Amino acid sequence: MTNLTHLTIKEALTGLKKKDFTVSELTAAHIKATEAARHLNCYITETFDVARKQSKESDARYAKGDGRLLDGIPIAMKDLFCTEGIQTTAASKILKGFKPPYESTVSGNLFRDGAVMLGKANLDEFAMGSSNTTSAYGNVINPWRRKGDDKPLVPGGSSGGSAAAVAARLAMGATGTDTGGSIRQPAAFCGITGIKPTYGRCSRFGVVAFASSLDQPGAFARNTEDCALLLQSMAGFDPKDSTSVNCPVPDYTQFLGQSVKGLKVGMPREYRIDGTSPEIIKLWESGVQMMRDAGAEIVDVSLPHTKYALQTYYVIAPAECSSNLARYDGVRFGLRVEGENLIDMYEKTRAAGFGKEVKRRILIGTYVLSAGYYDAYYNKARRVRKLIWQDFTEAYKKCDVLLTPTAPTAAFAIGDNMQDPVTMYLNDIFTIPASMAGMPGMSLPVGLSSDGLPLGLQLLGRPFDEGTVFKAAHAIEKAANFTALPQTLLSKVA
Amino acid sequence: MSIDKNTVRKVARLARIRTTDAEAEVLSAELSKIMTMIEQLSEVNTEGVDPMTSVIEMQWPGREDVVTDGAILEKILSNAPEQTAGFFVVPKVVE
Repeated sequence: MTNLTHLTIKEALTGLKKKDFTVSELTAAHIKATEAARHLNCYITETFDVARKQSKESDARYAKGDGRLLDGIPIAMKDLFCTEGIQTTAASKILKGFKPPYESTVSGNLFRDGAVMLGKANLDEFAMGSSNTTSAYGNVINPWRRKGDDKPLVPGGSSGGSAAAVAARLAMGATGTDTGGSIRQPAAFCGITGIKPTYGRCSRFGVVAFASSLDQPGAFARNTEDCALLLQSMAGFDPKDSTSVNCPVPDYTQFLGQSVKGLKVGMPREYRIDGTSPEIIKLWESGVQMMRDAGAEIVDVSLPHTKYALQTYYVIAPAECSSNLARYDGVRFGLRVEGENLIDMYEKTRAAGFGKEVKRRILIGTYVLSAGYYDAYYNKARRVRKLIWQDFTEAYKKCDVLLTPTAPTAAFAIGDNMQDPVTMYLNDIFTIPASMAGMPGMSLPVGLSSDGLPLGLQLLGRPFDEGTVFKAAHAIEKAANFTALPQTLLSKVA
Repeated sequence: MSIDKNTVRKVARLARIRTTDAEAEVLSAELSKIMTMIEQLSEVNTEGVDPMTSVIEMQWPGREDVVTDGAILEKILSNAPEQTAGFFVVPKVVE
């Protein structure tokens, strides 16, 4: 039998329909692979019993001939999505043991369509980080290694467990959330494909909140087609999320393979920043050539406020985080550390429950929102955010889609970039602007660095035009024909 | 921009996070660095620009003011660190 864990979602669905194998067999293969790769620390909670139960139900549906959109597809669920009755931690000690009494809309949509959940994937604590090194449940290890170097690398973050699981063939797809690049950057670091749809496209109901005006669920898979299938299931209007947008979700797979002849692809000139690896610039240029060869027209565009996106983000995201995380007080759920009085209990609980990065961001947020600084920092950042949004709106008058690198470097080693927080923040320099503007974005693997690590390119589109993003990404995917596997997998396959 | 140790401790009190002296020392250096980065925003001319609240221009949805959920006391209390007689329990607030 073929190696079931190496199939794409589309191939697996076809195999299941043809009865080449059963869902139970497909799930068993993924459980076995996961057990053999526990050192990668992709999951905070494995949910194999849930997976086996869902597999049986799915097999029964196939037996009756009524398989659904994702019936029997084993996936990883970022542990930021509340799953009814199953521990949901946000990778924080403060939520240890929390069993949500409700289901997030996105996970509910995936289960409705037959997806099988293997586990709750590891992440940076409360999705705050770019390397999955802030989790209270330990670092996630990237399945990729540099050539001739065994140093463990980060998978990127915050959705590091999701990305590493999909790259290591432990899951066929995964959910993620993207606040400033938390889907696109780990997708690039792990050599897979990730889509962050337009803000408002997927419901945030039941997603543990970090920065509510930026957070957006999305999907990881190993190609654009599989991402399209996952997003199809996840997306849609939800009255339980007041920022969810009531507009029809198109069939995303219809855009794959459509001609890009005449498509206007913008190259934002401000993205040629110092500190970007020359290999990334070369990759970007080759991506441009691929689009040109496929008949697209390349357009030079300007996003003049790009250099202020990071600063804007580090006011707005912490401000919203300090407000959102006020709910963790040891009263209604999660950790409680007893104190002499109520305030003492709050302070001790929050000191013990939050990790360093989360505390830093809460404090920055509290500071920029405090009396006397609100206008100088918070409102100033919201004004600059408007200018960033206007930059994109202007650019989309000249082009249909933007092509940029996803991250300034390939995956780095655990321990690197940790000397000071600002160096770490620079990782998200190419992903943050589109987050600030709420625009859809996708990262896909396009090539390898000289030391054998995957490098990704990013496509950004107009609001609610994920279709064009898929179309353009698919054209690059076809031209790039990225087939490399993580070295840790190759040694096993051989 | 520098955030001294006292300011750190004041903000930490506002955020209800207990900090030791040593932690405040480290945080003072880290937060100062982050604020120095943030300060660059002052270079941007934002005259006449309204602060952005939402990236999507939409009408905020409304609905009938009716009860749509409820009678789930057990579910609501299911994760409480301490509860009694259908209430969350906290340390004594009023003497």
